[in-house]
Amino acid sequence: MKLGRGVAWGYLVVVLLITIFPFYWILRTALSNNFAMSTDPSSLLPVDFTWGPFKRALGLATPAEAAAEGGSGAKIDLALALWNSIVYAGVLTLFTVVFSALAAYAFARLQWRGRDVVFGVLLTALMVPSVFTLLPNFVLMKDLGLLNTFGGMILPGAFFSAFNIFFLRQFMLGLSNEVEEAAIIDGAGPLRVCFRIVLPMSVAPMATLTLLTFITTWNDYFWPLLVTNDESVRPLTLALAVFKQSSPQASLDWAGLMAATLVAALPMLLLFVVFGRRLVNSIGFTGIK
Amino acid sequence: MVTTVQDSSAQVVRGPATTAPPPARRRRKGPASRRNDTWVAWLLVAPAVLGFGVFFAYPMLRGVYLSFTEFHILTPPVWTGLANVQQLVNDGRFWHSLGVTAYFVVLSVVLGVGVSLITAVVLHRLGVNTTVRGLMILPFLISGVVTALVWTWMLDPQLGIVNQLITWVTGEPVMFFGSGGWAVPTLAALNVWKSMGYNAVLIFAGLQTISASIYEAGRIDGASEWQMFRSLTLPLLRPILVMVVILNVISATQVFDIVQVSTKGGPADASLVLQMYIYDKAFGQFDFGYAATMSLALFLLLVTVTFTQMRMARAGESDTN
Repeated sequence: MKLGRGVAWGYLVVVLLITIFPFYWILRTALSNNFAMSTDPSSLLPVDFTWGPFKRALGLATPAEAAAEGGSGAKIDLALALWNSIVYAGVLTLFTVVFSALAAYAFARLQWRGRDVVFGVLLTALMVPSVFTLLPNFVLMKDLGLLNTFGGMILPGAFFSAFNIFFLRQFMLGLSNEVEEAAIIDGAGPLRVCFRIVLPMSVAPMATLTLLTFITTWNDYFWPLLVTNDESVRPLTLALAVFKQSSPQASLDWAGLMAATLVAALPMLLLFVVFGRRLVNSIGFTGIK
Repeated sequence: MVTTVQDSSAQVVRGPATTAPPPARRRRKGPASRRNDTWVAWLLVAPAVLGFGVFFAYPMLRGVYLSFTEFHILTPPVWTGLANVQQLVNDGRFWHSLGVTAYFVVLSVVLGVGVSLITAVVLHRLGVNTTVRGLMILPFLISGVVTALVWTWMLDPQLGIVNQLITWVTGEPVMFFGSGGWAVPTLAALNVWKSMGYNAVLIFAGLQTISASIYEAGRIDGASEWQMFRSLTLPLLRPILVMVVILNVISATQVFDIVQVSTKGGPADASLVLQMYIYDKAFGQFDFGYAATMSLALFLLLVTVTFTQMRMARAGESDTN
C-alpha cells in the first residue's frame, strides 16, 4: 500500500514535469542569446541572459542589435497580430454566446410550434466535423468578397454554435419555474423574463462558455489560414507559423521565436491564473452533461 | 412528462374550488402569451437559425455538390459526375494519407486515453487538489501552433534539449521529425501531450461521481487496488470513457495544425495526414472539386466510425448491466 502510493506520487511528478517543462523551456530560450545558445544547448538556465529576443519579437531592437544576438531578418508584427487575435476571438465569442443564450432561452422556456423540430435540426450540426463545411465556407467568403477581412474570419462562427445552444438549454431547463411564473403573473412578457430573470440566472454557464469559446477561437489555426493571407488581419497563431516558415531553417532565431510564442501564449496563461479553478470545474461539468 | 400533465389538469380541476381569480387570470394569460411566444421565440432563435442556414446547411449542401464537379475557384464549377470518386479510388496518395491518419489516430487515442485514465485514477486515489489538475490542463490552453513550435525546438537534432539528453545517453540524436519512421509517432506524442490533461480532468469528473462506499465495500471484501480498478472503476467509468474516446477520435482524425507547422506532411509524405492532403489539394493546387470529394469521404468515414463506436459501446453497456 505504501509502495503503491509512492509509485503513484512518482508517476504524478513525472507527468507534471513533462507537462510543465516545455513552458519553462520557452521562457529559458526566450531569455537566451541566440548565438551563445548553440555553444551551450543543454544549460538549464538562460544562456548569456538578455532581453534581446523580446525586443526583437516586439520590433524594438535595431537591426544591428538583432544581428549581434543571432536574430534573423524575419519580422513579426506581434502587436498587430495580438490586436487581430483579440478582435477575432473577442467579437466572435461575444456574438456566439449572446445569440446562443437567446436561442437557448427560446428552446428551454418558451412554448411554440415547431420548437422541438427546429432544435433537432440545429443539433445535427454537432455530428458534422468542421472540415466538411470549411472549404465551402471559404468559397462563400470569397464570393462575398470577405477574404482578408475580420468579417470573413468572424461571421461563420458568430451566429450559431450547436454545442453552446445545447449546453445553455440544458442548464435553463433545470431552472425553477417559480420566479418566472411570478413575473408572468405580474404581466412581464417573454422578452422581459428572458433579460431580467433567466439570463441573469444563467450567468455562470455563460461565463464558462465565454471562456471555452474564447480559448478555442484564440487557438484556432485552420480557418484563419484559409481566409487570410495578409498581415493586417492575421491572428497570432498564423503570424507565428508564418514567422517560422519564412526564416531560413539553418539559422532560425529560436530565441526570438520562443519570445514571440510566449507573448502569444501570455493571454491564455493569464486567463489560466485568473480562471483556472473555474476552467477545471467547467471541463468536468461539460463532460458529465 | 406524464406527471406534469396530470399536475396541471389537477390544478385546473382544483382551481375553481379554492380561489376564483388566479385560475381565470392564468387561463386568460396562457393562450395569449403562447401566441406571443411564437413571435418572440422566432425572433430569439433567428440569429442562430440564420447562422445555421448560411454558414452550415448551405455550405454543407454546396460541399456535396462540389464533390462531383471540376472546380478551380476562378472559373465556375463543372459537373463531372463520378469522375472525382473514380480519381479517389485510384489515388494512391489518398489511400496512403488515409493510412497515415489511421496510424496517427490509433496511436494518439490508445496512448492518450490510456495515459489520461491512469493519471485521472492516480489524481483521484491520491486526493490531489484542484491546483494540480489545473496545471495539467495548461497544454490545453495553448494552440497547436505553439505546441508544434516548442516541441520542434526541444526535439531539434542538434540544439534541442531532448536530443541533448538522448545524445548523452546513446551517443546519437534521434531525427524525430526528420525520419519517416519517427514522424507520426512524434506527432501523436505531441497530440497526447496537448490533450492529456483535458482528458484526465474529464475522466476525473467521472470518477468523482462514483460513490466512495463502493470502494469501501470492495476493500472489506478483500479486493486489491488493481481488482477494484478492473471490476469497479472501469465498468462504472464506461460511459465517460466512451465519450472521451469518441471525442479524441473525431479530433485526431482532423489533425492539421501541429502537422502543418512541424513536418508539413514530410519527410516524403511520411506524415501526410488526410487533412494536410486536402489542404494541399485545395490551396496548393487549387483543385477544389477533388478536395471537396476527399472531405466528403472523410466526413462519411467519421460518421461510420462514430456510429460503430457508439453501437459497440451500447452493446457493451447492456452486457454489464
